[in-house]
Amino acid sequence: MSIQPILLAGLDASTADRTWRLADYMQRGGYAALKKILAENISPEAVINEVKKSSLRGRGGAGFPAGLKWSFMPRNYSGAKYLVCNTDEGEPGTFKDRDLMRFNPHQVIEGMAIAAYAMGVECGYNYIHGEVWDLYTRFEEALAEARAAGFIGQKILGSNFNFELFAHHGWGAYICGEETGLLESIEGKKGQPRYKPPFPASYGLYGKPTTINNTETFAAVPWIILNGGEKYLELGKPNNGGTKLFSVSGHVVKPGVYEVPMGTPFPVLLEMCGGMRNGKLKAVIPGGSSAPVLPADIIMDCTLDYDSIAKAGSMLGSGAVIVMDESVCMVKALERLSYFYFEESCGQCTPCREGTGWLYRVVHRIEHGQGRPEDLDLLNSVTENIMGRTICALGDAAALPVRSFTKHFKSEFEYHIENKKCMVPPEVQREGSNIYVTPNRVPSC
Amino acid sequence: MLSQDTLKKIDHEVAKYPADQKQSAVMAALAHAQDEKGWLAQETIACVAEYLGMAPMAAYEVASFYNMYDLAPVGKHKLTVCTNLPCALSGGVHVADYLKQKLGIDFNETTPDGMFTLKEGECMGVCGDAPVLLMNNKRMCSYMTPEAIDKLLDELKS
Amino acid sequence: MLDIEIDGKPMQVAEGSTILDAAYKQGTYIPHFCYHKKLSIAASCRMCLVQVEKAPKPMPACATPVTNGMKVQTHSELAVNAQKGVMEFLLVNHPLDCPVCDQGGECQLQDISVGYGGGTSRYQEEKRVVANKDFGPLVNTDMTRCINCTRCVRFTQEIAGKMELGQANRGEHAEIMSFIGQTVDSELSGNIIDLCPVGALTSKPFRYSARSWELSRRKSISPHDGLGSNLIVQTKHERVMRVLPLDNDSINECWLSDKDRFSYEALNSATRLTKPMLKHDGKWHEVEWQQALDYVAHAFKDIAKNHGAAALGALAAPHATLEELFLMQKLLRGLGSGNVDTRLRQSDFSLDGKRSGAPWLGMKIAEINTLDRVLVVGSFLRKDHPLIAQRLRQAAKRGSQVSLIHSTDDEILVKLFAKAIAAPSQLPVLLAQVVKSAAEQKAVGVDANIASVSVTPEAQKIAASLVSGANSGIFLGNFVQQHPQAATLHALAQQLASIIGAKFGYLGEAANSVGAYVAHAVPLAGGLNSAQMLAEPLKGYLILQAESELDSANPQLAMATLKQAATVVVMSPFKLPAALDYADVLLPVAPFSETSGSYINTEGRVQSFNAVVKPFAETRPAWKVLRVLGNLLGLPGFEQNSSEEVRAEALSGKPEFVADQLNNQAQGVVLTLSSTSQGTERIADVPIHFADALVRRAPSLQQSRDAALPAARMNAVTLAKLGVTQGRQIKVKQGAGVAVLAAVLDAGLPDNCIRVAAAHPLTASLGAMQGTITVEAN
Ligand SMILES: Cc1cc2nc3c(=O)[nH]c(=O)nc-3n(C[C@H](O)[C@H](O)[C@H](O)COP(=O)(O)O)c2cc1C
Ligand code: SF4
Ligand code: FES
Repeated sequence: MSIQPILLAGLDASTADRTWRLADYMQRGGYAALKKILAENISPEAVINEVKKSSLRGRGGAGFPAGLKWSFMPRNYSGAKYLVCNTDEGEPGTFKDRDLMRFNPHQVIEGMAIAAYAMGVECGYNYIHGEVWDLYTRFEEALAEARAAGFIGQKILGSNFNFELFAHHGWGAYICGEETGLLESIEGKKGQPRYKPPFPASYGLYGKPTTINNTETFAAVPWIILNGGEKYLELGKPNNGGTKLFSVSGHVVKPGVYEVPMGTPFPVLLEMCGGMRNGKLKAVIPGGSSAPVLPADIIMDCTLDYDSIAKAGSMLGSGAVIVMDESVCMVKALERLSYFYFEESCGQCTPCREGTGWLYRVVHRIEHGQGRPEDLDLLNSVTENIMGRTICALGDAAALPVRSFTKHFKSEFEYHIENKKCMVPPEVQREGSNIYVTPNRVPSC
Repeated sequence: MLSQDTLKKIDHEVAKYPADQKQSAVMAALAHAQDEKGWLAQETIACVAEYLGMAPMAAYEVASFYNMYDLAPVGKHKLTVCTNLPCALSGGVHVADYLKQKLGIDFNETTPDGMFTLKEGECMGVCGDAPVLLMNNKRMCSYMTPEAIDKLLDELKS
Repeated sequence: MLDIEIDGKPMQVAEGSTILDAAYKQGTYIPHFCYHKKLSIAASCRMCLVQVEKAPKPMPACATPVTNGMKVQTHSELAVNAQKGVMEFLLVNHPLDCPVCDQGGECQLQDISVGYGGGTSRYQEEKRVVANKDFGPLVNTDMTRCINCTRCVRFTQEIAGKMELGQANRGEHAEIMSFIGQTVDSELSGNIIDLCPVGALTSKPFRYSARSWELSRRKSISPHDGLGSNLIVQTKHERVMRVLPLDNDSINECWLSDKDRFSYEALNSATRLTKPMLKHDGKWHEVEWQQALDYVAHAFKDIAKNHGAAALGALAAPHATLEELFLMQKLLRGLGSGNVDTRLRQSDFSLDGKRSGAPWLGMKIAEINTLDRVLVVGSFLRKDHPLIAQRLRQAAKRGSQVSLIHSTDDEILVKLFAKAIAAPSQLPVLLAQVVKSAAEQKAVGVDANIASVSVTPEAQKIAASLVSGANSGIFLGNFVQQHPQAATLHALAQQLASIIGAKFGYLGEAANSVGAYVAHAVPLAGGLNSAQMLAEPLKGYLILQAESELDSANPQLAMATLKQAATVVVMSPFKLPAALDYADVLLPVAPFSETSGSYINTEGRVQSFNAVVKPFAETRPAWKVLRVLGNLLGLPGFEQNSSEEVRAEALSGKPEFVADQLNNQAQGVVLTLSSTSQGTERIADVPIHFADALVRRAPSLQQSRDAALPAARMNAVTLAKLGVTQGRQIKVKQGAGVAVLAAVLDAGLPDNCIRVAAAHPLTASLGAMQGTITVEAN
């Protein structure tokens, strides 16, 4: 099966480091879409229409149709409107936006410029995850290049279209990936999500109409404009247009970012990653840590698209595929994930603030041999009391791993509670989680 | 008081936002202030707040919300190891153990010579490079093996 | 209007309402913690979850707007499960220490958990402990009980205007705190006690002194500023234990200033006068009422006989009740003296005789919220009128343009559109500039007296703002009322108001400033005003509820005059230290809590109240004392049997407002813009917690930031010019009076001005509040 990459086209990851500059991007045909729009005076409505036709769904996790979202922005609004790019990638297992940003930042800039044009926005921000400082400095450099070349700024390419774009760096808070937490953070506050409604399209950054999309969503836009929405849709499958970046981590031979068409069978992706490292596949979290875990037999039958994964009882999410072999203790794995949500809860909603700690402490107890027979029912009940009762989806995100791990691997939890230890011998666990360096990768600082 | 250099960097950030939204620069300003001072003392936070025309408590909320601000002194080199699940599957915890043993400190501790502080990090968005550690909030170290760590520590000590 | 259904009951609600609004209107209770009607919506506690038809998840009632045809279930299984779930979460880390908690009996968490909590806790893990904070002398903290509803945080930000509190850290570590080590210093800080739905923030002065169910609740009216906040006074065993706000949206809303809330401590103060006292041969003796009153009647009769009744004068605080003031003036006038006044800190009385009615706010208090343009002249707004400042803060937030003309540039916490700061002597010129500019912008004739002033850009900006408004208000503050050119400032404001079609009025200084006029406790034709009574010594003085050494425009003069008088009768709840020197008779009369009476607030609203406790020791209500004195003096018309009868006589009936007696218009004022000031000018504020005899004796208020010692404040230019070093103790002089004060830099002051607070023992030796002042350089 031949795969046509469009996000990382021409970017062999091993050499890509040197090819991120404007000149390289231009050589790959960069900014042609923006030029085309301005030269041919394509109307904003037509741009939105093309994106709608492409069936491009938001790559940040929720999979909301991008064109539809863009059409929510008020057309004839007199004040400022904003465009925000979400590069706060912090969902455990997700690292695809990083590759876009370090190898292809101009494609993100071009995508944002086109989106700004389509929605009549003159100012944008790209919110970049705190721990990846080099991405921030690189993006600042790319912005300077784009500004100097007239792709952003005032009167872009001699037209009447103005668009200023800035980088805002985060400083370590997963919750800022949630779009309204992110807006609060840009406003210089704690990143505590806002209750919706009002939605950002009517009350966003600084209370002004705002559209937020994921980095990858924006990066797909230039190709759609140049090749047409239908073409993009055809790359994937109905209702799941285009290609998608998958961040593959865990027990595969070659962890990394892979671009494949929507609808690619999971085994194909696994094979691209060189297959399993040592042991047998035990389970996969297909869409980032918040997505329910799927046992090997179920995931092997899935194709990688929103609908198929949903049917299997999980979520495509951000396309973060965490692969686990049989050396993994599922209680320990869940303990680590639960700790993450406990640590990252922003603290405003009662169920999330109090419930994430409760979940973590119970799982921790079980892992440490102090589980009680009633614990599994308790966990289940606590997750029920969190889910759907919080402002943002972090509450659900904390609950879903607990529910799916205890559902699919119930016997392992029961064994733990009963025997006060794991089915998987400690040395096997240790060996399986040992330091592993991907072939052809060298330590770098 | 913050240095002219830091204030200049803060001004650069302030310029990105609408004139009446200086507070938007607070995260960057606190980060720059931390770079200069090593950590964020109460006076430093108050200073940043005053410079941006916001309530000190509002700045403190921010400083205490985001992970990478240090509200207490840290060693010259702060090493944050990601131990989240994806990293842990490829040795994150082993790397942390190696560092603990090598430096003789646990998480959230600083070596007696004030050189190193060890922190446990949450997902940094680079899971494919596991095991990883982040140095002083800005330098990402990928594919860290014990040998690579030895080399790094030697480099930092000299 | 939208048609909706709550629990099967159909109703109509306005668009934009939330489910909680609608339920409240319908009388359906939905449990909630973070929601508060006066605060922004956080929607974070999740206690108010309800079921909405077609919604897959329970929705927070506080934040969900109703839509047409919406069907809400507040008690369905889905809703109750959600509410119970949230309740369980709220309790997992709660200490459940109700038996030792001051909030016990009035705790929303306790109340709601009875309905929604489970019997035993399923949470078996370790509980969180949160360190307590020091928020100052008024608010006590027990932070482990905090449920992070953030009402207190939002209050400081949104209502008090300064974010003194925040929620630090995140997740389970989130905790409410002030910026490290800082206390909560807002003059509205006590409201966070009411807002806190649990026992995390409680009243420090009230701490452990009673359980809520032991307290009786009585309504009353605040005796402090001109707002007339409505109070609930809680008592136990004839002692006032606590004061809380009584909701009244047209006055104090649901708030109280700290002064209103904590001044009750003075009622139980050790400085209360227990028995009438007489001075004999330079020594004080406690005597029976009969003896004291006989003495007073004799003394007054003697003076009237030997020196004429005009040798008698009465000075009363505007905090005295309408009934007290009415009988006081009736007594004096009955004796034949028209020397009666309540305006003790005023210095320019040239408006007397030119007014058309009692000066007042010029509008209803609630109307302040609807103004789109506001000019405040001469006011320490935040401290003089904390809750009016709060209303203006909200107005400014909604887009109203508020401007200020004043002599200090304190942190006002109202977003100002423009401000002009100048020395007191320059305020008339400054205001004249605004008048002139407004006249020019409106193309109406400019008063010849001000035609020659040149308009500064700031004045022009203020004028332009006012001219562009549809609904403007001009407010004159206490500083104007105390200003040596008060009449000129008044006349200018009146002109300005007429040019732009604005309402204008006074921010009433005291609880009964309006009532004093209505009761005629001001000199009418022929009588002496307070300044004259002190400048031209009289033989006998009756002083009612005032503390002359601290409440006078010129305490130095007041003391000298009172000391030489033949007879000074002081009626006060307190054993006033200075009065022991100048008075001859001390009569213990009731504070507001121990008598019935009325105050007429700054909008002209008559608010009557009853005693909430019995008079302390041998204290008697002042109206009764005056009535008996009237009898002893053989005056007619002193047969009233109740304060209600006195009120009826004073007001002719029982009106809600005294609208017909209120009028700010004055005719025939001669404008004097030229300033005669030489040397350094004094700027005197009356600090909020020194403003009257009650607050001065409230120990907790006296420990607050607002009760800091007065200092000599100057800007850098003045410091340099006078050769004064910041931080040093310096000698400040007026006439023969000296005060030793710390020199403090205050960049917000105009050149050649020294700000020295009045109404404080440390500065009582000084002279006029506004006038020349000198310092000894160091
Ligand atoms: C807890 C939480 C974390 C999230 N983190 C991210 C993130 O790191 N990156 C991202 O693009 N979207 C993230 N999202 C989703 C965003 O809220 C939002 O839906 C997305 O940025 C919209 O862009 P899209 O429509 O292009 O996907 C997160 C959502 C939640 C609830
Ligand atoms: S669900 Fe959790 S993270 Fe999201 S807003 Fe509520 S408390 Fe914050
Ligand atoms: S009252 Fe609605 S969420 Fe708190």
